[in-house]
Amino acid sequence: MPRSVPVAITVNGSKTEREVEPRTLLVHFLREELDLTGVHIGCESTLCGACTVHLNGRAVKSCTVLAVQADGQDVTTIEGLAQDADALHPLQVGFWEKHGLQCGYCTPGMIMAAKQLLDDNPNPSEAEIREAIDGNICRCTGYQQIVDAVQHAAEAAGAA
Amino acid sequence: MTTFRPNSVGKPIKRREDPRLIRGLATYTDDVKLPRMTYAAFVRSDFAAGEIRSIDTTAAAARPGVVGVYTYADMDGQVGATPIGVAIPGMPDHPLLADGRVLYVGHPVAVVVAESPYAARDAAAAVEVDIEPREAVVDVEAAIAPDAPRVYDELDSNICLQVPAPNPEADKLFEQADQTLSIRLLNQRVAPFPMEGRATCAHWEEGPGKLTIWTSNQAPHSVKQQIAMCLGIPEIRIRAIAPEVGGGFGAKIPTYAEDALLCWVSRDLRRPVKWSETRTENLLGMTHGRGHVEKIDVAFQSDGRVLALKGQTIADIGAFRSFFGPFIALSTHTMSCGCYDIKAVAWETSSVFTNTMATEAYRGAGRPEAAYIIERVMDEVAAATGIDPVAVRRRNFISKDAFPHTTPSGATYDTGDYEKSLNRMIELAGYDEAREAQRRARDDGRLVGIGLATFTEVCGLGPSTGTAPQQRMGTWESATVRVEPSGNVTVYTGISPHGQGQETVFAQQVSDAFGVGLDDVVVVHGDTDQVQHGVGTFGSRGIAVGGAALDMALVKVHAKATRIAAHHLDAPVDQIGYEDGEFTVSGTDRKLTFRQVAEMAHLWNVNVPGEEPGLEAVARFEPSATTFPFGAHLCQVEIDPESGEIEIQRYVAVDDFGEVMNPMLADGQRLGGVVQGIGQAMWEEVQYDEGGQLLSGTLMDYAVPRAKRFPRMELDNTVTPTPINPLGAKGIGELGTIGATPCIVNAIVDALRPLGIDNVDMPAKPERIWRAIQAATAN
Repeated sequence: MPRSVPVAITVNGSKTEREVEPRTLLVHFLREELDLTGVHIGCESTLCGACTVHLNGRAVKSCTVLAVQADGQDVTTIEGLAQDADALHPLQVGFWEKHGLQCGYCTPGMIMAAKQLLDDNPNPSEAEIREAIDGNICRCTGYQQIVDAVQHAAEAAGAA
Repeated sequence: MTTFRPNSVGKPIKRREDPRLIRGLATYTDDVKLPRMTYAAFVRSDFAAGEIRSIDTTAAAARPGVVGVYTYADMDGQVGATPIGVAIPGMPDHPLLADGRVLYVGHPVAVVVAESPYAARDAAAAVEVDIEPREAVVDVEAAIAPDAPRVYDELDSNICLQVPAPNPEADKLFEQADQTLSIRLLNQRVAPFPMEGRATCAHWEEGPGKLTIWTSNQAPHSVKQQIAMCLGIPEIRIRAIAPEVGGGFGAKIPTYAEDALLCWVSRDLRRPVKWSETRTENLLGMTHGRGHVEKIDVAFQSDGRVLALKGQTIADIGAFRSFFGPFIALSTHTMSCGCYDIKAVAWETSSVFTNTMATEAYRGAGRPEAAYIIERVMDEVAAATGIDPVAVRRRNFISKDAFPHTTPSGATYDTGDYEKSLNRMIELAGYDEAREAQRRARDDGRLVGIGLATFTEVCGLGPSTGTAPQQRMGTWESATVRVEPSGNVTVYTGISPHGQGQETVFAQQVSDAFGVGLDDVVVVHGDTDQVQHGVGTFGSRGIAVGGAALDMALVKVHAKATRIAAHHLDAPVDQIGYEDGEFTVSGTDRKLTFRQVAEMAHLWNVNVPGEEPGLEAVARFEPSATTFPFGAHLCQVEIDPESGEIEIQRYVAVDDFGEVMNPMLADGQRLGGVVQGIGQAMWEEVQYDEGGQLLSGTLMDYAVPRAKRFPRMELDNTVTPTPINPLGAKGIGELGTIGATPCIVNAIVDALRPLGIDNVDMPAKPERIWRAIQAATAN
């Protein structure tokens, strides 16, 4: 059987330790080892963004990060944004209020990409939002209601 | 138009589906985990055509973690062929795995099953397949030539289906017409590209003798029927589940060979087996859409009136027949008149095999091709006559008083008011001002174009007469309404939504019928063991057929509730009134709430003479005919002559899809459809080289629309209800795609027309535009 190596990754605030094949991708680690199936696989090539998570607070596409590269670091997935239904992140609220999703497959990655935008730029213009999510593909919405969702979140965060 | 007084219906209610999706807690097929799970990987042909000389699985089978390697020889005689919806006599079946010959790049040759996905892929790479390649036929126009290499040696030609529809009346009108024009239009092959590719998990349980298949599909009831026929398992022993499904767009209607194979493998191994395709596999092996070449002749008068069309459709159906494949192109002829009063149409449709992946329904399925043709034609007639494109369209519209209207191509339109949507669009767009601004821009040497599309299309196909026995489905849809003793309601629907939002809209309908809250309703779909037999979600039928079935079931339950209320209120049924969840006796203060009646139905109902206990009804709605929504779109583009880059400056869409159930969700369908249509017009193209190698097998090579390419779309709608169903709603899922593609191309051609350019093939890539400009300015 293939050689295994230990990894210790803090995921959504909890430290997890596993033995994995060195080639294990972070997205597979999250989905298969930790059952964090909100992280989706859309292209295996960094081009669609469905697998976007935060690594030490920065959005990365977890289909082209090895689990061993995340060793000793912090990962946040969509499941880490809200502990329960009554405490949604403003972006989750925005996507819900503005119909920023249809089939929902791109949504976790889209929200995590948008989160980095709002972390960096709490009051983005429409053009800045479109630029920030340009690496995330949505095949259902045509993006306009996603833009509305991110604006809604920015306004809510600004009002808070 | 609605049966129950709209209170929730018609409002922009946010979706009931979303809480699980925005938290990453939904279960898509790849999220299903079962004990003793195995994982499949497919070995696929690298050649577009060839004979298999040998397959050596020894090394693969010996790899760590491998539990099975299968080729066609292992299942020969035990399984049927790849499911198809309609038989064509004499056409070869398509085996589940390549049977001695490969027909396209990506053709599954073997399947490897292992203890982990990584082990399965490693082992698949170790399967040695020796193929003697032969000459492939890739271009559909080349394939139709009598001396072309044949996809199937046993056939006389590559033509799978040919339907001529000559018309002497059209010939006569061509002789009488002031003018004629000819245009050749390409509707290139595109990839449906749902964000979730194909994924299937099959689980045979030997004890109960039961097969459960989770599959990312739009029509799980069809999956159940097709797997039963393919594997010879009685359908009563099959449960098909379409859990959360990440988009479909038509390509998840078929039951794929891979799906049936995994079921067979699971039964052979007596272990569950799961497969999720990679994106490259998706681009190779999920059905493609479009792939038409059309040659059109138009007879018209100098005043812009179009008299007759003669058309030829050559449809590339790829290497084998997908579920609806060869028949999709026929609707291009049927819808060729668009929303215009054209006197005669002659057509010939040929569905042709090539050594490429099969084509299938893709968001519109034959109608976008028709809209593309007739809307491009209208602009060319406008150019030839010197009349404004809006005026040409008005001159040809079917009058709003002329419905139902049967076209010479055989479609019967239910209702329409094309002037109404066009007028609203012109008002919203400020058409005259936009044209004036365009004139000024042209004077400055800028390439600014304005394009229009005024189109109609087909939703909620019906009736069921004419559907083929192999389909094991009609055009009807089903719904069960089950009222619990508490008065909470479960709806079981035969449609299988995957983003459209019927968990929300159906709850709105229930809320209006019974006065219960949206949180008191759960809508169950996509599980053949829970839901009565149904059909599925495709062809814009979710509301127009599925919602209509729900309305019928609600009427039945409401009637029974009224009878129970009458009994307990000690009043005749015709004295019982109902409003906002309360049954009352007219002229008295006696009343019962819907929830009280629900409880009585379950607990006290034995006292109601002639009534069974319980409060539940199942209904099936069979559409007597088809609905025809329509719309008027406008687009403004500017082209950079130095690079050929196109900027979309404005997009205005005024659609009419009858009554609106939830305007926010309707906007979502329209916005997404428009962007998908623009994707085809501007960027998307499945490309094979002349040897049949796929050139567009990754996202580096296949250009899906991204966020920053688009301006903010401007939307409005008009309301022309349909009498075909009790909701008055027509359907909306495919409308945006159908209107947007010709609208964009018309705008691009309009921008380039001063240079003498009168057509641009899709996708209108900068390179293509730049070359067209170079060629035109060199002359």
